[in-house]
Amino acid sequence: MAFPEPRPQLPQLPQHLLKTLDCQQGAVRAVRFNADGNYLLSCGSDKSLKLWSASRGTLLKTYSGHGYEVLDADGSYDNSQLCSCSSDKTVILWDVATGQVTRKLRGHAGKVNCVQFNEEATVILSGSIDGTVRCWDTRSRRFEPIQVLDEARDGISSIKVAQHELLTGSVDGRVRRYDLRMGQLHVDFISSPITCVCFSQDGQCTLSSSLDSTVRLLDKSTGEMLGEYKGHKMKGYKLDCCLSSKDTHVLSCSEDGHVYCWDLVEGSLSLKLPVGKAVVQSLSFHPTETCLLTAMEGRVQVWGAEPEETEEDTVAT
Amino acid sequence: MASDSDSDEDFVSYGTPLEPLEEDEPLKKPVPLHEQTVKDEKGRYQRFHGAFTGGFSAGYFNTVGTKEGWAPSTFVSSRQQKAEKHHVRPEDFMDEEDFGEHGIAPKEITTSQEFSSGRRDEIREKARAVNAQAALIPGDTLLEELIAPARLSIGVELLRRMGWKEGQGVGPRVKRKARRQQTDGGSRVYGCVLPPAGSEDSEDQDDDEEFAPEDVTFAPKDETPVDFTPKVGVQGLGYRGLDPGMALLGRGAPEHIDLFRPQSEARSRLFGGAQRGSRRGGVAGQAFGVGAMEDDDDEEVYHRDSMSRYDTVLGGEEPGDGLYGWTAPQQYTKKRDKSRDASYLGKILEGFTLAQKPADEKTIFPPPDLPRDYRPVHHFRPSVDVSVLSGVSPALAEALRASRGHMVKEEEPQQGGRHQLDSGRRRTLLGEDALQGPSSVMELLRPEDRQRLLNLRGSSNVPSTKTTFLVSHDALQPAGRSAVGGSASCGLQQDALAAWKGVQTSSQTFRPFEKNPSKQARYELYLNRLKQGDKDALEQSLDPAVTEWERSRERDEFVRASILYRPSSSSLSSRFTSARQQEDEDSVEVSRDQEGDVDDKQAAVNMKMFGKLTRETFEWHPDKLLCKRFNIPVPYPGSGVVGLPKVKRDKFSVFNFLTVTESRDSSAPPNPPEPGKRSRWDVSDQKKREEEAKKNDPLSELLSAARNQTETRLEQTSVPALPAPPTSSRSSSQTPDQRTEEETKSEEKREEEEEEEEEESRPPMDLFKAIFAGSSDEKSSSSSEGDSNDEEDVKDAGEQPLNLFNVASSSVASSSAVASSSSAVSSSVAPGQQTAAVSSLNSTRHIKEEEEEEEEEEFGPKLPPPSAASLSTEKARGGATSLTEEHKPRKRSKEKKHKNKKQHKHKKEKKKKKQKKHKHKAKQQKKSKKEESDSEDDGGGAGHVSTEELLKRLKHVRSHETW
Repeated sequence: MAFPEPRPQLPQLPQHLLKTLDCQQGAVRAVRFNADGNYLLSCGSDKSLKLWSASRGTLLKTYSGHGYEVLDADGSYDNSQLCSCSSDKTVILWDVATGQVTRKLRGHAGKVNCVQFNEEATVILSGSIDGTVRCWDTRSRRFEPIQVLDEARDGISSIKVAQHELLTGSVDGRVRRYDLRMGQLHVDFISSPITCVCFSQDGQCTLSSSLDSTVRLLDKSTGEMLGEYKGHKMKGYKLDCCLSSKDTHVLSCSEDGHVYCWDLVEGSLSLKLPVGKAVVQSLSFHPTETCLLTAMEGRVQVWGAEPEETEEDTVAT
Repeated sequence: MASDSDSDEDFVSYGTPLEPLEEDEPLKKPVPLHEQTVKDEKGRYQRFHGAFTGGFSAGYFNTVGTKEGWAPSTFVSSRQQKAEKHHVRPEDFMDEEDFGEHGIAPKEITTSQEFSSGRRDEIREKARAVNAQAALIPGDTLLEELIAPARLSIGVELLRRMGWKEGQGVGPRVKRKARRQQTDGGSRVYGCVLPPAGSEDSEDQDDDEEFAPEDVTFAPKDETPVDFTPKVGVQGLGYRGLDPGMALLGRGAPEHIDLFRPQSEARSRLFGGAQRGSRRGGVAGQAFGVGAMEDDDDEEVYHRDSMSRYDTVLGGEEPGDGLYGWTAPQQYTKKRDKSRDASYLGKILEGFTLAQKPADEKTIFPPPDLPRDYRPVHHFRPSVDVSVLSGVSPALAEALRASRGHMVKEEEPQQGGRHQLDSGRRRTLLGEDALQGPSSVMELLRPEDRQRLLNLRGSSNVPSTKTTFLVSHDALQPAGRSAVGGSASCGLQQDALAAWKGVQTSSQTFRPFEKNPSKQARYELYLNRLKQGDKDALEQSLDPAVTEWERSRERDEFVRASILYRPSSSSLSSRFTSARQQEDEDSVEVSRDQEGDVDDKQAAVNMKMFGKLTRETFEWHPDKLLCKRFNIPVPYPGSGVVGLPKVKRDKFSVFNFLTVTESRDSSAPPNPPEPGKRSRWDVSDQKKREEEAKKNDPLSELLSAARNQTETRLEQTSVPALPAPPTSSRSSSQTPDQRTEEETKSEEKREEEEEEEEEESRPPMDLFKAIFAGSSDEKSSSSSEGDSNDEEDVKDAGEQPLNLFNVASSSVASSSAVASSSSAVSSSVAPGQQTAAVSSLNSTRHIKEEEEEEEEEEFGPKLPPPSAASLSTEKARGGATSLTEEHKPRKRSKEKKHKNKKQHKHKKEKKKKKQKKHKHKAKQQKKSKKEESDSEDDGGGAGHVSTEELLKRLKHVRSHETW
């Protein structure tokens, strides 16, 4: 082929509001894309979990069965199951199609902050305010967790799974990475309570936001700091942070009603997305496209790289 | 059908009804006999076993005769095994069918013996008597008769003997009276049933009304007692509510309203009053209308009251009508003479005669007249000063004074009633033994605390409440203090003496030196001497056969153990029963690897030096199933451990406790948990959040604060308690099975690296000289002991000698293994030294140290490991390290900038770079990790190095590396 390689496009940022979903379920505690990014889950403070179509913005199903507000949710890779955790100390495994509770997992001593499937949806990992991470087996009928990770000295605020690694952020100011394959636990001391942790898409770095209004990008293997991102406000609430789908940018919620978007390499603020007046509580980045979900109060907003009308125009022309 | 609808409730139908015949149906052929079957109530076919072998129902599910079924047992009795006499009741062989309605032993409601008539079953008694004669022991049943439980009161029994039956009234039998009463039951009847006299009076008048044979008498009607239930509720007088009996039976209301016997009428009706009025179902009564289904419309629906039904005159009831009522008892009592009343003879029992004289009437005394100025208020007498009372503990006196207001003087214990005796005095009166243990809570307190409490109270209250008990303690302490010189260990000895003196409890539960019986024996000897108040207890109980150095060490141990487990707990334990079986587990699980100190990490974070300083890596064992679910091989195939590996520690090892305070002293006090560390998003409501952003959730805050505190404490306590040996030996000894070959390989490699590293990081030789010129002559170690001890000693020599826990950890090694090694040492020590040591029993610490030095000279100084050298180097020249410290961050930041610049270029490039860098870093990390662990091990080896030092060392190592 004689054609030159197309120049790599400048990374686009989700700066145009595409949709606003009024979830009608109280405050939205968390909003999450599913594995392929076609659907989104919103966790409401009215004990319900809702499944939406991301492209059309229509409500598909409401899952009710929790006894208190839902704090986090995750979808399995094959979209057949959901898991959610709640202040009622339980983790629920849902059947997507029927909306029935497949399993209700009790065992945490406090409210469960975060929940995550592993890659094959064979294990649910849930982190609770009681300082433990519990690994629940979805394959067996056992009601006890496979293993309880009680190394944290304070509540677990965030948990992420990537392949054979488990990343937990705890209020004791430590990011713990459990390497199952190596059988090792790496503890990184951040000192300030961790609110959210993420793996980068390439799996080489970890991102952790903490209550000193700082997001840090750490090298996974050594624990050295590769970048530090400041400017937003995160002092009291458990707010999310994430990386963009191509690891170009770091995004974080802020208590001042904006989503801050930094360039990963330079560490400079590249976008300050005004979402609203209240606290941006949760956000989620599309796994492949430039699409961002934000949750503020009772609304979920979908942000894209380009406004929808113009997109259609370009398609027409 | 066996019953029609009307009498449904009256009849019980048995069996199955025949099918109704129809005219035009052809006649059924009767079922022939051999086709008839028998089924049980559940429809199952029943086998016929034969008329004499059980009939239709034989055994459990017709199992009689089968292998599983019941078979009659044969009587077997041998000399060894005598056949027991089986008491088998016939009921044991019956099934539920037999107990059923039509069975041979139906279980149904029957009158019990209590309610049956009092006639004795003479036949049965005779049979019993015959049986008693025929029994093995003649007169066997006699006992049973003698000791029969009384079912009835003696009064009822007597009445029964006299011919009374339940349900009858008491009194002479009457002629026709009962009948008459029944006939005129509708007339107004007040009060009780007619007494015998009255009835006989009235008997003459209506003699001719009915025919009644002269010789037929009736028992008088039973009386119902006057009911004196007080009026409760706010209803008006005479209100009765809805009487279910009246309502259901539909009895109308036109009756006299009787204020005094509201219930008794209904009761008398129950006792067989006349059946009046039409029987009618349904609820009826005042304010209940007539239902549509009820046919008798003529009944009054609404209650009508008329004045004629009320008494208009109080007490105006004419007494002559032969009726007793509440209103007019006095006329009868006057008129009737008692002899006549008594002349009524029922059946006079054997052994009884009629009384000639009437019984004396009881005199009832009027209540005393109250004086006019009496006021019903009680004043307590002023309290008696407690100091007057001797022999009572102050707390008790206080309690007594508070409760009773006055106390009994000791001289006259008999005068105060038994309620005024305290438990102690009652005990002496009864001649019981004194209670073990302290008698009051105050005695459980330490003497100083008690003194303080008493002072507090004394200042506010009575000044002279001190007891002899207290004084004794006061006297004891200063005396003990003054007797011995002011050195710290001696002071401790005195403390121990004060704590143990006079303790009576012999049960000593805590045995700190259990592994070494002779040592334990010596320790107990020491304790016993302490209890006797022996000042020289320690010196006498020590083993004279060991070296002075050993002895001094043991002395410290004993003193410390005796103080740690001072008898306040044992005095408490006299109140409790100790467990019979001791727990086998006298070890606690401690996680093997502890996280390092927060302080240095915090410092690193503040300097933004993430990486080695903030990173810690532990061995962690995932569950097997978890690995399976994650589709990865189990990292430690042979290990049964899950999570962080744990190590068992002696639960009650003295040394667990000894190290505690040292670390607390040497290291800086724990930083108070930062406010930012608390969990603060326990927010449920969006609106609340705004408020709670300022005001954190109190509960979680409290929790996390507490956790932080324990955390810091935990780190402090447990870090120095870690075992000392270096990495390689530790891992090989502790987890030999867990180690794979790869690991050992990598370990070797690492060790090589380590050596190189050491070469690099070793400071110049003159530093060593500078250090060891000072430290080696001061202290070193015997060859048998670990290097750790020397380091401790080095440190301790410089630091506070007054700290008792320091003393122990420096002089005492880690476990009883040391004791054995030290005994080996003692054997090799020259005997002349021993004698010298014995002579200087009351040696102070200084002397001891000198002696130790002598010993060291014998064994010769040994070079400390290089890391320790570097440590001491740093110690020696604090300025140099601080310099390096200053250099480092600058350098780091430079490095970082550089890195960042590189990263600017392009993303892909960056990624490549990153990966490269990772490789490099991985190497570096390996090294550094090794280093870190190495230095950490040094920390562990040193055992009790302060955290700053640790940090310094770390940085030192680091700075070497970066140069």
